Amino acid sequence: MAAKQKQLLLILAREFISNLSTSALIADADGNLVFYNEAAEAVVGRRFAEAGEMPLEQWLDAFEPRGSDSAPLPAERRPTRIAFVERRAAHEVYLVTSADGVEREVEVSAFPLFAHAEEFVGVVAIFWRR
Amino acid sequence: MELRVWGCRGSVPTPGPSTVTYGGNTSCVEVVLDDAETAVVLDAGTGIRALGVDLVARGTRRIVLFLTHLHLDHLEGLRFFAPLWDPRVTVEIHGPRSPVVSLRDRILRAFSPPLFPLDVRDVPARLVFNDLPGDPWRANGLTLSSELVLHPGPTVGFRLETAATAVAYLPDHEPALAGIEGRTPDWISAGGLARDADVVLHDAQYFEDEYDDRIGWGHSSVAHAVRYCEAVGARRLVLFHHEPTHSDRDLERLEDRARELNDGIDPLLAREGMTIDL
Repeated sequence: MAAKQKQLLLILAREFISNLSTSALIADADGNLVFYNEAAEAVVGRRFAEAGEMPLEQWLDAFEPRGSDSAPLPAERRPTRIAFVERRAAHEVYLVTSADGVEREVEVSAFPLFAHAEEFVGVVAIFWRR
Repeated sequence: MELRVWGCRGSVPTPGPSTVTYGGNTSCVEVVLDDAETAVVLDAGTGIRALGVDLVARGTRRIVLFLTHLHLDHLEGLRFFAPLWDPRVTVEIHGPRSPVVSLRDRILRAFSPPLFPLDVRDVPARLVFNDLPGDPWRANGLTLSSELVLHPGPTVGFRLETAATAVAYLPDHEPALAGIEGRTPDWISAGGLARDADVVLHDAQYFEDEYDDRIGWGHSSVAHAVRYCEAVGARRLVLFHHEPTHSDRDLERLEDRARELNDGIDPLLAREGMTIDL
């Protein structure tokens, strides 16, 4: 059998965001964070090579996302989760605490990727430090 | 398993005195199995015309055709594939759909006026269409898997595997566009298809300096083909999809260049009529 490999769209997405100066991440169809770019490393406070792949929710929880009132951001308001679960684009502003301990306000846009009309292959999220 | 090359030229047929050694017909490879009743064919470039004549002579009634994509150099021979015109024959055609159009409808566009006097509906053979990528196809100990690969438009590559051997067929492929260096095979286009393969038939259309002016056209330089095989752990590289402007002598220089880059993967030029016994 052919060895498991990433879907072509994810390979292309990785190459695309690798060349972006805007922070971005990609997750696969199983809900695993599979890559974030160098620009995101500055926001996250940790290199992807150190972090490696992990479930998207686990990754998000690590940053303690909070709303403007400092209350924990409910999962159903997290753009990457909405893009993954509901398969639609989403946008949100919230606070995170990066791996380096710094609190940052970030603005996140996430959208699902479909290779064919019904083939969901993952999520791309772009985020800006405000 | 045995592979027979009926066409290995890229882009457009190139008959003539300067291409007699390696051939001018476009992509077509036959996969020879123990089952003489079934013919398995990869791509329908102009090489498939002569194969069709041969299959009629053999009396083959079931043909399973796998198309990597529908660029004309991989499809144009289909209209002149003799078994199509025999009502006793079944031809199963597997190939990539587009995000919005089925394989059948995509082929219909090339197999109808004004590009051809007849419509695919006029073909007497029984035609069955199957969109790729999909579940692996299995017969007589062979498993054939497909994945989307990096080439303009919907394109797949194939891995053919038996208990004894594995072959990857990637005639049109530009993995360097999304990166080879520093990537693990699962992050390289078609990395899963070619991983640890005994033989990889891979696009090596250009010399390195030619590639520089054709980035994004969907094809590889000889150096990228070599580097790709190294990255996925392939044991042998068969240089495929020869550039139409390359004469036999040019191609031999291309093979020399591949050997210079890595003799360990035993680079070899695909040649019309060659058999690869696995």
